Amino acid sequence: MRFFEYEAKEIVRRAGIPTSKGGFATTADEARKLAEEVSGPVVVKSQVLTGGRMKAGGVAFAENPDEAAEHAERILDLTINDHEPRGVLVDEQVEVEQEYYAGVVWDGLRKQPVMLFSDMGGIDIEEIAETHPDHLGRGHFSNLFPLSDFQAKQVIAAAGITGKQLTKAIPILTRLAQLFVENDMTLAEINPLAQLADGSFVAVDAHMEMENEARPRQKELLEELGVGKDETRQAREPTEFELAGEAVDASSHRGVAGNVTEFDGNLGLVIGAGGGSLTLFDAVRKYGGKPANYCEIGGNPSVKKACGLAKLVLTKPGVEKIAVMMSIVSNTRVDIVARGVIKACIELDVEPAEKIVMFRIPGAWEEEGSKLLERYGIEYADRSVSMHEAAERAVEKAGEGSGT
Amino acid sequence: MSILIDAETTFIVQGITGREAVNLTKECLEYGAGAKIVGGVTPGRKGREVHGVPVFDTVAQAIEDHGEPIYGSVVTVPPAFTKDAVFEAIENGVELVVVVTERIPRRDVAAMIELANLRGARIIGPNCLGIIVPDVIKMGGIGGPAKDSSKAYTPGPVGVLSRSGGMTTEMASTLTAAGLGQSTAISIGGDPIIGSTYAELMPLFEADEQTEAIVIYTEPGGKMEAQLGEWVDENDSRLPIVAFMAGRFMDEMPGMSFGHAGTIVEGKEDTASEKIDRLAEAGIVVAEEISEIPDLVREKMGAPA
Repeated sequence: MRFFEYEAKEIVRRAGIPTSKGGFATTADEARKLAEEVSGPVVVKSQVLTGGRMKAGGVAFAENPDEAAEHAERILDLTINDHEPRGVLVDEQVEVEQEYYAGVVWDGLRKQPVMLFSDMGGIDIEEIAETHPDHLGRGHFSNLFPLSDFQAKQVIAAAGITGKQLTKAIPILTRLAQLFVENDMTLAEINPLAQLADGSFVAVDAHMEMENEARPRQKELLEELGVGKDETRQAREPTEFELAGEAVDASSHRGVAGNVTEFDGNLGLVIGAGGGSLTLFDAVRKYGGKPANYCEIGGNPSVKKACGLAKLVLTKPGVEKIAVMMSIVSNTRVDIVARGVIKACIELDVEPAEKIVMFRIPGAWEEEGSKLLERYGIEYADRSVSMHEAAERAVEKAGEGSGT
Repeated sequence: MSILIDAETTFIVQGITGREAVNLTKECLEYGAGAKIVGGVTPGRKGREVHGVPVFDTVAQAIEDHGEPIYGSVVTVPPAFTKDAVFEAIENGVELVVVVTERIPRRDVAAMIELANLRGARIIGPNCLGIIVPDVIKMGGIGGPAKDSSKAYTPGPVGVLSRSGGMTTEMASTLTAAGLGQSTAISIGGDPIIGSTYAELMPLFEADEQTEAIVIYTEPGGKMEAQLGEWVDENDSRLPIVAFMAGRFMDEMPGMSFGHAGTIVEGKEDTASEKIDRLAEAGIVVAEEISEIPDLVREKMGAPA
């Protein structure tokens, strides 16, 4: 999950890293007050979870509080890449002597976090790595042994930095690495990290992302920052259809029938499991099908849950037919999923054999499942029909139905 | 032969009294020659039995009862307790830990792997279904009940590695139907950080006489495929590899996670198309559909299709 810049700066501040003065505002008046407190030129920045806000006019500089309020008024109404701003950050304009970059990310192959530091702040870290590798220091660190200052020192020195800058940057990078680990971040970046005329460092902009899996144990921090439980903070906000999918999945703890993502096609998909859904979604598209949704069934959900998911997909506007398909199941029961989807059709007063163009779930309890499917005249396939063949057949039948 | 486990392998199940663990214990006991599950561990449940397997409070008690070191452990405890359970196994001399649990924060996973590396132990997973040697032994829920596992898996020359537990069985079943059995199949886990990657398991298959080809299932996200490509280039492997890549549609949807926690496109190198290129550069064939895999394997093995 991603944090807004104002939250990221608060996290940085809590870790004992100095930041530029300022604060978060949701009205022009609040922005004016913050600018008064700063008592100097400020920058007003839109708080959105998307890039390119500078280009879109979401960042503006103000000489006095009145100007800050004017900018805030405009930016608060400015939609950037379809994102409405949460508010604005009103920050002092600092006199920067030199911009640095400090970051911590995971290295999935080394299976350790890695600290990064550069004296070329303000630009993208990938760009520095590409064009000026000698200005980028990096170093992995342990998750088992305590962090020690020399590790940050080595990384900063490797970027070609020495003198007072080196000694002042050490505690900052060390604290950033600590907050990365303690707060279960997947990305912790200060860019730029500014060195002021007096030699001190302040974080001007920060970017933080937390691992979703860690949200339960980071509850306290999230509450203090005011992050709601229902805020997914993913690449795009969930749609109503997707939220309804989450509600189905949350209706019981047993199994999964959710992870719904909305698409705009006409073929509803009730598919699973993780890898199976990815494979089947690709397969439907490969054969020219237009999926109305993505979803995942797994871990042996109840009839009620499978029924709930099927109903949701069946009632999605534009959905004409559904296909029920999974890779070979070992703990999910074929007959339970079959009962769930048939029940959904009956409760919606539609003919199961008409609506379900294909049922391909081989595996546990398949004999019981096939008896049931036969009784309702639903076309089904066993493991001798590949996932792609089943998808192709589903697309073909869905096309016939719509007369296209 | 096989890799990692064989008929003689002894292991315990940590979290054995949980619903999923009770099932997998039964499945493993009934499959092949019957797994040697010498104990289970659930704190506070000492003295019980699960399908005849004695339950202990600690791993040390299980080892004491067994009278000699125990080789493996299947860990299926809730995410908040997994790191401690894995530490307990490793510090008691367990050499192979299969972590079934999903949704474990990365920091914990990284710590487990670091300890395993220090102690010379190996971790498979997390977020995986385990390991199966067809008709001999399975360690974990892979393949499901013994009778279902037997339908999908048969002994033979193909090593299988997969980021998806379910797709491990789908691919094995496809190979079996085409008359190609498997030497060992491993569900390596769907998390962004896992104990053993493709490249880290390849040397074991390379050294295994039974294995003549490798089939892998992969997804967008991470750099494991590029690492495999490098390994193949650097090691002049005798084993042909056929890959299948799912989640191609995700290339158009950066920042969205589908299927597994590690399956997300964040940068160009995470995309399916980029990975397919990396694999192809290393001479790894990427199948368009799973049903093409058996013929591609035969072609690469040099036998008539």
